[in-house]
Amino acid sequence: MTDHDDAVIKTDALIIGAGPVGLFAVFELGLLDIKSHLIDILPKIGGQCAELYPEKPIYDIPGFPVVTGQQLVNNLLQQIEPFHPEFHLGEMVVSVARHESEQGIVFHVETDGGKRFEAKTVLVAAGGGSFQPKKPPIPEIDRYENTSVFYAVRQMESLRDHHVLIVGGGDSALDWALNLQSVAARVTLMHRRDEFRAAPHSVAKMRELVAEGKMDLLFGQVTGLEGAGGQLTAAQCKGMDQATFTVPCDRMLPFFGLTMKLGPIAEWGLNLHENLIPVDTEKFETSTPGIFAIGDINTYPGKLKLILSGFHEAALAAQKAHRYIYPDKRLLFQYTTSSTSLQKKLGVNG
Amino acid sequence: MAFNMDKSEANGGANAFNYAESTMTDVTFIDHSGESRKVPATSGMTLMEVAIKHQVPGIDAECGGACACATCHVYVEPEWMEAVGQPASMEEDMLDFAFDVRPNSRLSCQIKISDALDGLRVHTPVRQS
Ligand SMILES: Cc1cc2nc3c(=O)[nH]c(=O)nc-3n(C[C@H](O)[C@H](O)[C@H](O)COP(=O)(O)OP(=O)(O)OC[C@H]3O[C@@H](n4cnc5c(N)ncnc54)[C@H](O)[C@@H]3O)c2cc1C
Ligand code: FES
Repeated sequence: MTDHDDAVIKTDALIIGAGPVGLFAVFELGLLDIKSHLIDILPKIGGQCAELYPEKPIYDIPGFPVVTGQQLVNNLLQQIEPFHPEFHLGEMVVSVARHESEQGIVFHVETDGGKRFEAKTVLVAAGGGSFQPKKPPIPEIDRYENTSVFYAVRQMESLRDHHVLIVGGGDSALDWALNLQSVAARVTLMHRRDEFRAAPHSVAKMRELVAEGKMDLLFGQVTGLEGAGGQLTAAQCKGMDQATFTVPCDRMLPFFGLTMKLGPIAEWGLNLHENLIPVDTEKFETSTPGIFAIGDINTYPGKLKLILSGFHEAALAAQKAHRYIYPDKRLLFQYTTSSTSLQKKLGVNG
Repeated sequence: MAFNMDKSEANGGANAFNYAESTMTDVTFIDHSGESRKVPATSGMTLMEVAIKHQVPGIDAECGGACACATCHVYVEPEWMEAVGQPASMEEDMLDFAFDVRPNSRLSCQIKISDALDGLRVHTPVRQS
């Protein structure tokens, strides 16, 4: 494929990370006529607020005496609606490269799902890094990863006619057990206890299939793996009563929730300091001109990992981004309260 | 992850616990290699906060104590289990996301330090995530 392929998504600004700071960046950029696309590896919008504490109250968002993580995300989505941001969820950005073309500098960005973008500026709002599946500390598990052990299912077909051991008791474990039951040769669900935090209807459905003899349910935890050359043949397990047993299987899917890992950011040629991206405090630009870093992922003297600091950073980064995208336009400082042009952009000027 | 640590340090003034009115106790964390670290704790803090404050390795606490990550998993020494008590149902659910869960497993962010826990000993797992 060439750089001019139709499949390349072109945008003014590409925001990596749809946490609160990435979301507010859409607003600040939008006021300056800069259109944004956002990419997040999570299947949902909102970063830490949505993934780690949707129901918990936040008390230090200016103007909101109290707001929950999810409410804040919902409010931000409402606030940025006038700018029609486009979201690409469930995709991890794997590469960011700077190119000089006749039209000036552009950034080529690719995701693990194969999506390709061309952006005039990139804002890294990656927080604590990508939310990625937790990997159980089972000895030698890495020898089986991506051949027999998978932490996500990209294509159900790849598991057809396999003996699949699914480990976990949450929604991911239950959903995949139910989905794969008709595809795999046999599905075995293993959980540490006879209680499931997954949605009650999935649990009921699973118990029904088990009662009908269509899948197996075992209680215990995996302690070791058997096989050779990356090909799994069985899992060694320990029951609730500490008794050991083995489960024959050639595929294993562990679902133990997510953890934040820096991920591929380290490979984008940006200066890093202790897994954070150093920026200046005037433009919040990284060591690569045209790439900004805002929110929890950046560092500078006095940095506070607070949402409100990220909002401020987004506003200032947007000013500099404007100079890259509209080099010939002068930027006027305006208030949303009184500027008719800003109000028109927000769709509030009748 | 270190971000909780950075934050609590940076916010030290605003969020600081009122140490003067609370009594001090000692708790000991033993890592998977057997190395033990005895650190002072203050009644009212959670065991996770004690670990982060003293930079005890082996506790990640990614969610900062929201009972939403299971990366603050500890094993309570058997003789302390009664004093520490049983996990509530929300914590028991979250333990599903921890590894090698045993009958003495707890999430340290859900254990409140009190005088009754002076001398508490807990073990940290090989890895939290
Ligand atoms: C329990 C808890 C309570 C908190 N309470 C408060 C509070 O009261 N007040 C406050 O101000 N702050 C609080 N915080 C901190 C606050 O949540 C963070 O400061 C904020 O979420 C940072 O926003 P962000 O947009 O920079 O990053 P995040 O919210 O971390 O979002 C970053 C997103 O980027 C994605 N990402 C990263 N790398 C990639 C990649 N390569 N490809 C695709 N996607 C990627 C991640 O998956 C993630 O969704 C709290 C945090 C926690 C855990
Ligand atoms: S710190 Fe996240 S569950 Fe305890």
